[in-house]
Amino acid sequence: MINFVLRRLASAVPTVFLVITISFFLMRFAPGGPFDLERPLPPETMENIMKTYQLDQPLWKQYIHYLANAVQGDFGPSFIYKDNTVAQLIAQALPYSVQIGATALSIALIGGVILGTTAALRQNGIIDIALMSVSTVGITVPTFVMGPVLTLIFALMLGWLPAGGWGDGSIRQLALPITVLALPQIAIIARLTRGSMIEALHTDHIRTAKAYGLPSRVVVITHALRGAMLPVVSYLAPAAAALLTGSAVVESIFTIPGIGRFFVLGALNRDYPLVMATVVIVAVFVIVFNLLVDIAYGLLDPRVRHD
Amino acid sequence: MALVNSKLATALLAGTLILGASNAFAETVLRRGNSGEPKSLDYAHISINIEGFVIYDLFEGLVIHNAKGEIAPGAAESWKVSDDGTVYTFKIRDNAKWSDGSPVTAEDFQFAMRRIENPKTAAEYANLLYPIKNAEAVNKGKSPVEDLGVKVIDAKTLEITLERATPYFIQLLSHYTALPISKANYEKFGDQFVKPGNMVSNGAFKLQSHVPNDTLTVVKNENYWDASNVKIDKVIFYPIEDAAAAVRRFEAKELDVTYNFSADQIKRLRAAYNNQVHVTPSLSTYYYAFDMRQPPYDDIRVRRALSMAIDRDFLSNEIYKGAQLPTYSLVPDGMEGYGKPPQPDFASMSQIDREDKAVELLKEAGYGKGGKPLNIEIRYNTNTNHERVATAVANMWKTALGANVSLVNLDVASHYSYLKEGGKFNVARAGWAADYADPENFLALNVSTNKTFNYPHYNNPKYDELIKKSYEERDVAKRMELMRQAETMLVADQPLAPLMATADLWLVSDKVQGWVDNSTNNHLSKFLSVSK
Repeated sequence: MINFVLRRLASAVPTVFLVITISFFLMRFAPGGPFDLERPLPPETMENIMKTYQLDQPLWKQYIHYLANAVQGDFGPSFIYKDNTVAQLIAQALPYSVQIGATALSIALIGGVILGTTAALRQNGIIDIALMSVSTVGITVPTFVMGPVLTLIFALMLGWLPAGGWGDGSIRQLALPITVLALPQIAIIARLTRGSMIEALHTDHIRTAKAYGLPSRVVVITHALRGAMLPVVSYLAPAAAALLTGSAVVESIFTIPGIGRFFVLGALNRDYPLVMATVVIVAVFVIVFNLLVDIAYGLLDPRVRHD
Repeated sequence: MALVNSKLATALLAGTLILGASNAFAETVLRRGNSGEPKSLDYAHISINIEGFVIYDLFEGLVIHNAKGEIAPGAAESWKVSDDGTVYTFKIRDNAKWSDGSPVTAEDFQFAMRRIENPKTAAEYANLLYPIKNAEAVNKGKSPVEDLGVKVIDAKTLEITLERATPYFIQLLSHYTALPISKANYEKFGDQFVKPGNMVSNGAFKLQSHVPNDTLTVVKNENYWDASNVKIDKVIFYPIEDAAAAVRRFEAKELDVTYNFSADQIKRLRAAYNNQVHVTPSLSTYYYAFDMRQPPYDDIRVRRALSMAIDRDFLSNEIYKGAQLPTYSLVPDGMEGYGKPPQPDFASMSQIDREDKAVELLKEAGYGKGGKPLNIEIRYNTNTNHERVATAVANMWKTALGANVSLVNLDVASHYSYLKEGGKFNVARAGWAADYADPENFLALNVSTNKTFNYPHYNNPKYDELIKKSYEERDVAKRMELMRQAETMLVADQPLAPLMATADLWLVSDKVQGWVDNSTNNHLSKFLSVSK
């Protein structure tokens, strides 16, 4: 097991290196630069700026320089938010995204599995059809519609919840963004659980368990659910990486100071170091969660062994 | 995954208690929606107005904009100008102090201006102070910073020498490039002087905390010379990029003032909030430039025809719902001393007559029905409103003139870098907002020597000559007249078609007093108060 983890971590290094290299050059091939503003700068000012940020150097030199610094954990200064280094910006913003992302993910996982299992046990019944119809709505209504609609209802019409902001970070303050983040995930996880649960309930070992006269609660929870979780678990890796690294849409609708907006703002403003750092973070999250999923597979499915 | 861990909960509880206690003192708080995160609090590195709103609350220059947006004494109580207009002597207030209690001195101003012009600082707006003697040479690294024409006479007297008489120089000093820095504090913290805890400021407020993309909080500076007239204890700036989100938070009464909302909301907001909706024409112009380097745009008849066929009232009313106002001049209305800007001959015609005239002009030029086909590509920076304008203009040119119009859009960085680098185009959208309230700021865009901003590549020696003369003219009225003559030429030649004067959109709660709409869009929190 330890060997497996170490091997996987070692193979992650070239992956991250590749991600850095590709993103670095892709960024630079996009037209325009970080200092091409609506109001162009005079050439002499531009020259001073390019010198300050070493953008006047040949691209390959900039690349080597970047790699050398990145290895030491130095992601450089932000070109746009000049009072901060990229590391400072991310250190400040990431916890906000992780907090709401992790909460939404937990809610989605618990809610989705319970709903999916309930639906599977009453396959084609009224509850099943109702749950699956609602979940279709959950998946299809985009967050940029769901967010403002919920705000209109709960903040403006009813006045129960704040319209946005991190505020004191309380549950009440964050209820809306977490709900909007969690809803589509609940729907997806419920559908996945339902599908694999129905399949699991029809397998031989479940039939055997039932034949032994085990109570159906035990059969469902300890035997069927275990197998039925596999597709859900493999879905969780990309979902967790996406949720924890912040949603640009949800963060901007609810004015949450998270990392999600840095992707968009960084890319639009050609803030090279900021974009690079966010890309690296997402890559690392994806790699780590994929690894966790593989480990979880081993635990859930006795046929999978990591040695 | 507990959202609120116990430590946080304790902190929150303590916070609530403190908040409860401070309520007894009835702290006055102004919550300002600011439509974006300041890129920096170092005024060498800022460039947009939302950063200015924060900076001007924190720092005070020699002169400021009062509530009405007019120039008024700031840290300087008075100043004298030499007879030839090249030497300005400022008397700094005796009671002007930094937030740490130390006096604001002439040296602080000298230090800050030298820093702005120092090429190592790479200040984006360094060129704004080029009228100061040797500023350009210093900024280009040709002279040492000590050569800058800013001299300390004594602790409270500052002398600024100019390259040549610059009639709008006082206007320039109201800009953030001319703000002071506490030299002593900068020597302690270097460029980190902008961080909460490090920053020492001389304005009505001082920095308390800053969480990027969340809040920036400033509190009353008790050491400010005019502190007794400051009615607000705390201003919280909310950097809300999403205009719709800002409106929702205003409607939920989470904001007292908010800047920038989507134009298509005006009607609804006016119905719901009436006089809390403020639409103020600003000193900025939205225009389409023609690439005069190539046919058919080198032909004045074609440019005039295209400009005439654009129904500006439609753009203003239908697309912007009155949030931008139709215009025919590059210099916006409301420039002190300039009067109504010169208008092209077709401005007084009805739209139908303009279209008839346009068809005639095109025919003369050999285009349109029976002539050569007119294929036009409009370039604009990606934005919903710009897209709607381009689509509408395309339709106007198609129906009125039979032109084939295609649209190209790029994100803002790519769009302007293309224009700036001299890329060929047909018609391109551009905008200009005043750095200082003087027509020169607009008219200098299109002199032939302006390599960066002269997008149409307008090259008219007579125009250049008039602008040059205006720099030499000492008499204010005569100088304005020279600039009017230049603009008369510009609107006749139509190297660009001015379309709309942009407006600043604000929502200001009834609870806020002291708010005065003004074209310079300056609204210092020190002039405001908030009722309970």
